[in-house]
Amino acid sequence: MKRTDIFDVIIIGAGVVGACIARFLSRYKLNIALVEKEAEVGFGTSKANSGVIHAGFHDRPGTLKANLCVTGNSMFDKLCEELNVPFKRCGALVVALENKELKILEKLKAQGEKNKVPGLKIIRDDDLFQIEPNLTRRVKAALYSPTVGVVSPYELTMALAENAKQNGVRILLDTEVKNVTFQDNGAKVVETQKGVLFTKYLVNAAGLFADEIARMTGDNGFTIVPRKGEEYILDKKRKELVKHVIFPIPQRQTKGVLIIPTVDGNIMIGPTSQVIDDKFDLNTTGKGLQMILEKVRKIVPAINDRDIIASFAGLRASSEGGDFIIQPSAKIRGFINIAGIDSPGLTAAPAIAMMVAEILKGEGLKLVQKDSCQPSYRWIKFRELSPEQKEELIKKDKRYGNVVCRCENVTEGEIVDAIKRGARTLDGIKFRTRAGMGRCQGGFCTPRIMRIMMNELNIPLEKITKRGRGSNILWGKTK
Amino acid sequence: MREIKADVAIIGAGPAGLAAALSAEREGAGEVLVLDRGEELGGILPQCIHNGFGLHRFKEDLTGPEYAQRFIDEVKTKRKIDVKLKTIVLEINQNKEVLATNSEEGIFKIRANSLVLAMGCREKTREMLHIPGSRPAGIFTAGLAQQWVNLEGYLPGREVVILGSGDVGLIMARRLTLEGAEVKAVVEIMPYPGGLTRNVVQCLQDFDIPLLLEHTVTFIHGKDRLEAVSVAKVNSKKEPIPGTEKIIPCDTLLLSVGLIPENELSSLAGIEIDPSTGGPVVDERMQTSVEGIFACGNVVQINDLVDYVSQQGEVAGKNAALYALGKLEQPKRVINLKKGRNIRSLVPQIISAQGKVSFFIRVKNPEQKVKLVLGKSIFQQKNPIVKPNQMITWEVPFEDLRLNDDVKELEVSIRKL
Amino acid sequence: MAEKTYNITCIVCPLSCEMRLMVKDGKIESIKGNRCRRGIDYARQEFYNPQRVLTTTVKLKGDRLPLLPVRTNKPIPRRMLKECVKYLSKIEVKAPVKLGEVIVSNILNSGANVISTKEVGSIGVYRKT
Repeated sequence: MKRTDIFDVIIIGAGVVGACIARFLSRYKLNIALVEKEAEVGFGTSKANSGVIHAGFHDRPGTLKANLCVTGNSMFDKLCEELNVPFKRCGALVVALENKELKILEKLKAQGEKNKVPGLKIIRDDDLFQIEPNLTRRVKAALYSPTVGVVSPYELTMALAENAKQNGVRILLDTEVKNVTFQDNGAKVVETQKGVLFTKYLVNAAGLFADEIARMTGDNGFTIVPRKGEEYILDKKRKELVKHVIFPIPQRQTKGVLIIPTVDGNIMIGPTSQVIDDKFDLNTTGKGLQMILEKVRKIVPAINDRDIIASFAGLRASSEGGDFIIQPSAKIRGFINIAGIDSPGLTAAPAIAMMVAEILKGEGLKLVQKDSCQPSYRWIKFRELSPEQKEELIKKDKRYGNVVCRCENVTEGEIVDAIKRGARTLDGIKFRTRAGMGRCQGGFCTPRIMRIMMNELNIPLEKITKRGRGSNILWGKTK
Repeated sequence: MREIKADVAIIGAGPAGLAAALSAEREGAGEVLVLDRGEELGGILPQCIHNGFGLHRFKEDLTGPEYAQRFIDEVKTKRKIDVKLKTIVLEINQNKEVLATNSEEGIFKIRANSLVLAMGCREKTREMLHIPGSRPAGIFTAGLAQQWVNLEGYLPGREVVILGSGDVGLIMARRLTLEGAEVKAVVEIMPYPGGLTRNVVQCLQDFDIPLLLEHTVTFIHGKDRLEAVSVAKVNSKKEPIPGTEKIIPCDTLLLSVGLIPENELSSLAGIEIDPSTGGPVVDERMQTSVEGIFACGNVVQINDLVDYVSQQGEVAGKNAALYALGKLEQPKRVINLKKGRNIRSLVPQIISAQGKVSFFIRVKNPEQKVKLVLGKSIFQQKNPIVKPNQMITWEVPFEDLRLNDDVKELEVSIRKL
Repeated sequence: MAEKTYNITCIVCPLSCEMRLMVKDGKIESIKGNRCRRGIDYARQEFYNPQRVLTTTVKLKGDRLPLLPVRTNKPIPRRMLKECVKYLSKIEVKAPVKLGEVIVSNILNSGANVISTKEVGSIGVYRKT
């Protein structure tokens, strides 16, 4: 890190929002750094996101959430096409199990229409069971929303960051911001444990720690309330269970426990919603699982806990007020806070990026567009190729013929690609390739992946970690 | 795309697949092709460096590699048996066509006259047990830890807790201790150990490793690397008893909590699977519900002795060769076998009642002084003790039983003497 | 010295009899709980001189894998296991290695040889064209 580096913009936090802003700004002639305290991008809350691209009927009209959700939703086809990230507009059903819930469906529909959400309609009986046959017959009616979709949140975050990097953004990983101070000329001094950075504009997209970053600048304007959500993933052989994202009638603070047909072909059930005070508590709980199973079985009785192959928890960075906080700091010019980005944060991300660019412009940042931008590289996904395409590929590079992850059919070639893309940890490879996400949860592929990492990165096996600092897989050699 | 023809194609070059290959060759198959995803022959045996293999088959006490070497040496001498290592099968279908890939040859298709499925099994994971807590590094299935220690030469950690007292877990308790780790406890949910008594003695008692019966791991602690597990006693319903939790600091958790036959390829090909075994329904010739596709070894049912795996492999290989040569007779009759009292699983599930049949049986609960009963005592055999972790082989001489022609179903059960 | 009880689980057959040995001054006075003669022999051996086959690995050079699996060709006294493993951790063998080849003769004077349990060629992986 050179002390003389003065960036135009530093973005703190490489979650989906930070990465999206970085990529958006990389179309302009700017010197940008994206600073992330974890070992890889997206390793905070983003990787635990449920991946649902919401329509916007859950949000109160006039709120930032409502506006940015609807706008963001409409941007997703183009965004994912550009990034070569799978995105499926599978639609959603909000399901009413009792007659008294029917008027809530009507309210949601009206709210959605006010927010300009297209295509909402109430369906019932045969129409409903035709499109979603495994629903309990106790369902009275459902609100159908065709614009709801699913995406892989970590795939998206990584693709955003990688495309940003292709276009000149410097990504600084394992770099934690310790303090922020200011010079008289308005430059921000960002102190990290790896050195000091100088920047004209500072964007705080630090998720769970956005309040702590803000406080470093003397801004106590908001507090982040961590809200834990547990999710459980079912075996791919159950993928026919639902075709749409299934919502229950929403609760006060949350959209409820969902049944999600993920874009990768697994069914995911969850999340829970539990306010906690520990920003590091990512524990799944017996109670959480019980609660989720109880709720989803009411809607799709065929769901069985024997089909669970993976689980995880994430912490939403909720704001006390409930809406997004996206605004320039009242105290310091050129410092933008983006905080409280819980649901529908993923959906809103591209719209948030546009909004932040406008705010920065308003704060004096000159946005001069580059003549051209590097398009996102189209990385190979072996399992999606036809046998003939596979054959061609292996002829060019025989590493694509060596299947390393048997459950998800991931080849050595793709592992090497992931490392080229920036993967430095096992999870980094997992999130880019799906190797290790199958039924055997890495039982077969882990030693093979680690050997490839050892060769490509020139590091000893015992230094390889699951997700960075301290999460080494092995202790050391036996002799 | 490159196409290869074979009389018999065998998926898996472990003890089941190798035995099948030799048997198919002996029976006269023209070309036998064996495929394996590993880098050497033997399947799981190369990492099973402990002894206890071959006591029945060879009347010797061999280590896994020594047992495998017997078959490997013989396979090497047979020109008609070809082997492709580091090869993964992507797909099989009911026409006995196999789509496979490796780095050297790329994607290729095998048109075989018969198939033998010998893919073995995989291990149950933490997620399948729904153990709550965090997701730190340091959690391994016992078999994966065995691979690290015995093949790669790495110690997964230094302070170990093992969940599950199945043989793999017990063996690893000893192995890790000998390599310098401290095994703090083996935790077992049942009131009896899951593995052989010999292993409880030689792997735990020899090293004073505590065996906590009727206990389970209730929580995993640790942010980046495992720091501790919570362990609690369980009641008769296998639920943790509140107040009995204690925390055991450790940096490694090994899971030896069950094996699952690896039937993804079988299911994709529409082969009928028996939910009680997790493997294909087979007859006494080890043929599955698809004509010309045979199966043997752990892919059919989890075995505890490799000797039985080889035995099944021989039957499957022989019949696969006969089928490929057009010499396999259709069975004159078909009898479905039902699981009676105290029978958890039973292989084969279908028989034609000609000649001797070797059954491979697992019971649900331990019992002493019982008899195995076929039908309403058409055939019986005394047994001093049956245990869930010890598979029973039972040879029934169907040709001597003089069953009525109209018998379509028979029950196998365990009854008190 | 007073009489002490030792428990030994028999491993000779699946019945796994739990035997109780009454021991005085280091000598077995009585054995109860066995259901056959073999149990008595086993209990005596286990009490006076428990023996075990040692199986472990030694470092290997010149092969794809870094380790060679080895065993003692006959059981050795149980108390020698850890010591032998420590001794063997300093041994390094070069490929090729024959199955049964003696790696260490009469290890630590136990009377047992440590032999290879795997055939390792100098090329390494068995592969036919």
